[in-house]
Amino acid sequence: MSSIKSSKIRLSDLILKILINIAAAFSVVLLIGILAYVFLKGIGSVNLTFLTTVTSTLKGTVGIAGNIVNTLYIIVITLLIATPLGVGSAIYLNEYAKPGKLVRAIEFTTETLSGIPSIIFGLFGMMFFGTGLGLGYSILTGALTLTLMVLPLITRNTQEALKTVPDSYRSGALGMGATKWYMIRTILLPSAMPGIVTGIILAIGRIVGESAALLFTAGSGYLLPKGGMGILKKILESGGTLTIQLYLSMAKAEYSTAFGIAVILLLIVLFINWITKVLAKKLDVNNME
Amino acid sequence: MNGQESFSIIGNRKQKSAVEKAAQGIFTLCAFIAILAVASITAYMIMNGTPALFKVGVKEILFGTLWKPTAAGPSFGILYVILTSIIGTTLAVILGVPIGLFTAIFLAETAPKRLAAVVKPAVELLAGIPSVIYGLLGIMVLNPIMYKLELAVFKNSETHQFTGGANLLSAVLVLAIMILPTVINISESALRSVPPQLKSASLALGASHIQTIFRVILPAAKSGIVTAIVLGVGRAIGEAMAITLVSGSSVNIPLPFNSVRFLTTAIVSEMGYAAGVHRQVLFTIGLVLFVFIMIINVTLNKILKKGDVEQ
Repeated sequence: MSSIKSSKIRLSDLILKILINIAAAFSVVLLIGILAYVFLKGIGSVNLTFLTTVTSTLKGTVGIAGNIVNTLYIIVITLLIATPLGVGSAIYLNEYAKPGKLVRAIEFTTETLSGIPSIIFGLFGMMFFGTGLGLGYSILTGALTLTLMVLPLITRNTQEALKTVPDSYRSGALGMGATKWYMIRTILLPSAMPGIVTGIILAIGRIVGESAALLFTAGSGYLLPKGGMGILKKILESGGTLTIQLYLSMAKAEYSTAFGIAVILLLIVLFINWITKVLAKKLDVNNME
Repeated sequence: MNGQESFSIIGNRKQKSAVEKAAQGIFTLCAFIAILAVASITAYMIMNGTPALFKVGVKEILFGTLWKPTAAGPSFGILYVILTSIIGTTLAVILGVPIGLFTAIFLAETAPKRLAAVVKPAVELLAGIPSVIYGLLGIMVLNPIMYKLELAVFKNSETHQFTGGANLLSAVLVLAIMILPTVINISESALRSVPPQLKSASLALGASHIQTIFRVILPAAKSGIVTAIVLGVGRAIGEAMAITLVSGSSVNIPLPFNSVRFLTTAIVSEMGYAAGVHRQVLFTIGLVLFVFIMIINVTLNKILKKGDVEQ
């Protein structure tokens, strides 16, 4: 028998170890491959005209300015609705609710919402907001649909942040005679802010990458809003985001446009990823205090 | 404390209780949105998905194999569509889970810190890439490779309909890649939450690190890994835009080199122009997908609860 200290390596160990390393390398190689391929194929399509004009056969231009504006519209409107709802829901769950059936129902449905595929949200949005409420194919329909989709993300991140606020903060404020709402507004929310912001940024990432839920809700309009009242009217008009335009270009085999948009999307993804890292670090520092 | 509020943080009693009540009421309402949303989505899916079942017949739709929604004598059988989703998802999970699990083992157990610091962010970025980009790459990279393979495999076949590479296999590969981040993240945290005493005990008994991982840590993390697989199934069965163009454009038996339609891609590619009964059947497809997802969600909930009890 060999000693337990002998460094003889078992063959099965070696094979498994090699497989583990190959699996891990796969993700990295895949990511580098995707980034390199998309940038090489798409960087040539990205120029000032591409970013600042709208596709027009009359002028012979290919541009995605309209889609960029639509994406911004949808991000802003979705967040304006989803952030208060999500944060409010997290405050209820963490600060008011007593454990019981109701809380379990809310937590189960929040989980369920985050598990529902976006195409189902798309169908529901089309029927409920589009047909039911008569909003048709419009940016508002798309934003309302996405609100339901990003709600769990904001709720969960806010809840996590609220959980890290020490109880002594709460008792301190309440003990000094502050009302609960005053304590939430001046103590809890500021302390939980990095968590809330992280939730919002993750939601932005989700919105930017979303396509299936928007195809039949926000539609595929690619024109810029007209000035003046047009800026407000745009909310009720159809507007395709960058991903929708990418899908449509791809379906029409206009690959140079598709890759151009893919480059922009990847840059946004990289940026969002970086900024969440920075925030996460900040959150960590806060916790250590 | 800033000026305007410095007079008193308590406020006048009457006003105080009104504000307090209002705040609590509003927060409660916010929390109810999730319940309301899930309830109305369920109601709408059932309301819109069932009429076609009554009109065309449950058997004709769910077990029919002929999908000719726009023909003169239309036929709405979605059995192949359902089978495609089940088989496609199963294959994607069979391919994706081992790679994901091994990567999770790498991150949680064997990786030197420096390498983990490269792999982890790469996985996070893969999760953030929009599904349409996976679809674009599927068309541009995978489909041509699959086409070559198809030409080689069916060189002497006279009955095979060539798909140009847009087939079930391409879609499965795209799905397998897309579920990786989910599987990796959930199983990594499952592996990390295994009590360190188990590991030390196994190592102290003379087992090697790899033996410890596969004989002790993996079984101990079982419920977390099952959760990862179930979430992966949910992700794969619900994915639409990435595989719409990659999987081809006609309804067929889900064989590797056939052009196929999934539950999701049938909706995406036909909802734009469908009308009448055709449109209603697409909602039925949505309902079938929704039922699958709800089954997955309830299973998940059960696993998580069981895990809680065990701990």
